[in-house]
Amino acid sequence: MLTDLTIAAARDGLRAKDFSAVDLTMAHLHAIEALNPRLNAFITVSHAKAVDQARAADVALAAGEQRALTGIPLAIKDLFCTEGVRTTAGSKMLSPFVPPYESTVTAKLLHDGAVFLGKANLDEFAMGSSNMTSAYGPVENPWKRRQDDTAVLVPGGSSGGSAAAVSARLAMGATGTDTGGSIRQPASFCGLVGVKPTYGRCSRWGVVAFASSLDHPGPFARTVQDSAILLRSMAGHDPKDSTSANLPVPDFEAACRRGVKGLRIGIPREYRSDGMPVEIDALWQQGIDWLRAAGAEIVDVSLPHTKYGLATYYIVAPAEASSNLARYDGVRFGARENGGDLRDLYERTRAEGFGPEVRRRILIGTYVLSAGYYDAYYLRAQKIRALILKDFTDAFGRVDALLAPTAPSAAFAQGENMDDPIQMYLNDLFTVPANLAGVPAASVPAGLDANGLPLGLQVIGKPFDEETVFAVSTAIEQAARFTALPSLRAGG
Amino acid sequence: MSLDHATVRRIASLARIRVEDHEVEPLCHELNGILGWIEQLNEVDVSGIAPLTGAANMAAPLREDVVTDGGYPEKVLANAPERIGDFYVVPKVVE
Amino acid sequence: MASGGCDRTPVRLNEGPAVGSLERHRMAYTIEGSTGTWEVVVGLEVHAQVVSQAKLFSGAATAFGAEPNSQVSFVDAAFPGMLPVVNAECVTQAVRTGLGLNAQIHPVSRFDRKNYFYADLPSGYQISQFEHPIVGTGEIEVELADGSTKVIGITRLHLEQDAGKSIHDQHPTKTLIDLNRSGVALMEIVSEPDIRSPEEAGAYVRKLRSILRYLGTCDGNMEEGSMRADVNVSVRKHGEPYRTRCEVKNVNSIRFVMQAVEAEATRQVEVWESGGTVMQETRLFDSGRGITRSMRSKEDAHDYRYFPDPDLLPLVLDEDWIAALKASLPELPDAKRARFIQSYGLSPYDAAVLVAEKATAEFYETVATGRDAKIAANWITGDFFAAMNRLGRTIENPPVTAAALGGLLDLMADNTINGRIAKDVFEAMVETGKDAATIVDEKGLRQVTDAGAIDEAVNRILAANPDKVAEYRSGKDKLFGFFVGQTMKALAGKGNPALINETLKRLLAA
Repeated sequence: MLTDLTIAAARDGLRAKDFSAVDLTMAHLHAIEALNPRLNAFITVSHAKAVDQARAADVALAAGEQRALTGIPLAIKDLFCTEGVRTTAGSKMLSPFVPPYESTVTAKLLHDGAVFLGKANLDEFAMGSSNMTSAYGPVENPWKRRQDDTAVLVPGGSSGGSAAAVSARLAMGATGTDTGGSIRQPASFCGLVGVKPTYGRCSRWGVVAFASSLDHPGPFARTVQDSAILLRSMAGHDPKDSTSANLPVPDFEAACRRGVKGLRIGIPREYRSDGMPVEIDALWQQGIDWLRAAGAEIVDVSLPHTKYGLATYYIVAPAEASSNLARYDGVRFGARENGGDLRDLYERTRAEGFGPEVRRRILIGTYVLSAGYYDAYYLRAQKIRALILKDFTDAFGRVDALLAPTAPSAAFAQGENMDDPIQMYLNDLFTVPANLAGVPAASVPAGLDANGLPLGLQVIGKPFDEETVFAVSTAIEQAARFTALPSLRAGG
Repeated sequence: MSLDHATVRRIASLARIRVEDHEVEPLCHELNGILGWIEQLNEVDVSGIAPLTGAANMAAPLREDVVTDGGYPEKVLANAPERIGDFYVVPKVVE
Repeated sequence: MASGGCDRTPVRLNEGPAVGSLERHRMAYTIEGSTGTWEVVVGLEVHAQVVSQAKLFSGAATAFGAEPNSQVSFVDAAFPGMLPVVNAECVTQAVRTGLGLNAQIHPVSRFDRKNYFYADLPSGYQISQFEHPIVGTGEIEVELADGSTKVIGITRLHLEQDAGKSIHDQHPTKTLIDLNRSGVALMEIVSEPDIRSPEEAGAYVRKLRSILRYLGTCDGNMEEGSMRADVNVSVRKHGEPYRTRCEVKNVNSIRFVMQAVEAEATRQVEVWESGGTVMQETRLFDSGRGITRSMRSKEDAHDYRYFPDPDLLPLVLDEDWIAALKASLPELPDAKRARFIQSYGLSPYDAAVLVAEKATAEFYETVATGRDAKIAANWITGDFFAAMNRLGRTIENPPVTAAALGGLLDLMADNTINGRIAKDVFEAMVETGKDAATIVDEKGLRQVTDAGAIDEAVNRILAANPDKVAEYRSGKDKLFGFFVGQTMKALAGKGNPALINETLKRLLAA
């Protein structure tokens, strides 16, 4: 089935004219037609545009012009502004918004010949770990518990639609954004590779902002190599983003083949939390053994401020969000609720347009920045953030990469963890520190839990050393031989 | 530090989010839960630590003083929920 | 001029130097209330639009007067996902201004967000510099009417973006929003609360504007809003610590700054003396009624939730670059004034008048070079300014050019014309645009320096006025002027004054 191909294989098949780009895109559009009504992975399917792009890809291929992603059909998280295609951020607030511009990352993908199937569902403004906060309804995880295939599981979040789409073979790859784990946690929940590159590697220009200092665009794919192909196209200096790094983009695909012989891999002892499921602990140990067997040296390291990462994150991210989301006021774009005076218009527009989790985080963020509380909350959090970065810097003085679990659990069911926001926040316990420090990290599918649900291991690297992350991830991928398939998938 | 109803109303007002009377108590409860959990950060000794705003370890890049943008009122107004001519529109503001 | 204060109250305002005092000792500006004498404490925050082609954080144009929303990028309208990038020229201009104010330049500064909702603030926050401004403390010396000077401290200068424009008078129930100004770079220049009178406030803004114009960092055009002042006013009894201040926002002329200080100080004295308490608040100056009133739309002013803008990185300046900018600064008003006094022998007053505008100083130097510098100064501050004001012209578009005025002065210097005729020639130059020599030739205005012709004219006058000659000779010296006037009249104004004097003295003595 064309939908089962990896990006690397599809690239070869297109070059060899085994099939056309239109064939490949149509196969995915049919899969979307069949499964999206159930999975709800896409908010918008841009059928006609995708077909046009695929035709253009075929013209290019016929002319012998194959770029990195010519004819490869992708899902785009609906947080990336796409010119002329509605971009909602999963919010009612932006339901009527059609951007007159293309985000830098998606423009780069288009430049490399990619086909965009549509806009993937997500937690509202990327705030969530389950995709349950989307104003466009939850996304169903294509994976099922072995013992109970009636339970509807979440795909994780916030990039839940992207993960579900790639997992169910509705797209060959997808873009996501990772602010506290929003690529890696859904990758772990859906049996995918998800990469959060170094802060500054992928431009944030044109990506609807959640928390500017923590937002990282990155790819989802079914293999490490595919994720490397996607990241290479997405990455690169952008003069329109002041925080974009002016560095060359390495050949990540080549880095996948480097091997891990002689690398020093740190095992951060603080990631071993109390009450962590034994399966996850066992999988982590398995990963350690695989890497040792592949020639890496395993080193015990300490990241002493890890446990404070999550609480730090829940000050910094809402603070930035409270400011970033102030622009949604019903005046220049998006939804408007008319009231009496201007204040009433603002208050009604924002009460109606934002869902409960977004409202909650805006209020927390407003509070921690407000007069009298700034020092106690925001300033203190910034200092602890400095300590967390120092933890990583110290560790990377001794090791080349770190290995840890991605998430403290496998995918949970819709409705679980919903009563207590903090229970939901704990999903990001292991992913948040890399966002605070800006270091690259990937989640690689490494095994299944007792319910047959995928679990990921996380590889964390030095700033701008995604190449080592890809090398280590490939070693895990090769050792794990993860071949399990989700119950719901194209042709499945 | 725990929030009372008046504080919840004040921050909602600062954030321009309308909160109905019946929402105040549940919000107060949720926000206090989160803020209580955040209190754990008080355990950390942060004396002498310089605050970190972001992970990008660079100075601000500067751009040349050249006009490269703007000149497309139609595009900036196309998404507006209400417009009069080439203006955005809000209810009359009293200064 | 603080005249009488208000009739409604016992408040009385005093200003000006002590009359008859031999010391040049300034008497402080005070307000006499029913409970005693009040001192006024004023600090100014001047918002000066930076001269640049593009905006502070976007590539949209800054030109004044464009069609609504035509100079707006998606960044300026705060569209989702838009990001700011700093304009290098705006940074340069801020540093040059800081150097011109003798201020510390901070090699590392930072941009913060000031969060508040307002119709013409698209992102819901203004990018400004709160904790770490680009320029620190400096000072300005201002000249006052009594000839004294005073140093006003500068607290800081920081870069920030302007908001858009709300238009309230185009629709009965709506406010229209134009974002052309949104994102234009401003320098906010904050003074210490060193100002003690409306006059000092006015002198401070005038001097600051002069420095900015010399530097070319702000055009200082208050009518177009390129410069606005927020006026912080409080009052206190002598020797007290500061009392609560109020901020009068967006005052857009020097005259209004002075009026706003007086109106707000008077109001506060009334509040305190009637047993009330002045509340810290933002107010507006109503120039029509000459009062300040509370500003409803600034209710969140107490809680802007400043925090470092995570979309921007620290602004880091190279010390050598700063030194190079310093070395390339133009001569500023104070230095130029000192030089004019020293090199041209001008009075401090004339020098101050001539250096207030850079273009005027340049005009003056063009005229004065190679000529009598004092005569040049007198002509420019006299007939030339009078003509300029009368015709509504400016120094950039003068009624006569500096070269032409120089030509006129040359004709006087070489005795081609006398000073009296020169005034007529000047008016003819203004009217016709012709140069002085042409006018003198065409109208035959050359001075009569022929001794015979003057002798003849004097003899004729003396012969025609025998009684006056007798009176003069019997001691009525004052009649000398009469004879000069008559002779000059007989020579159609063209007589050489020195020769006429000499001839009259000789012949009257005979």
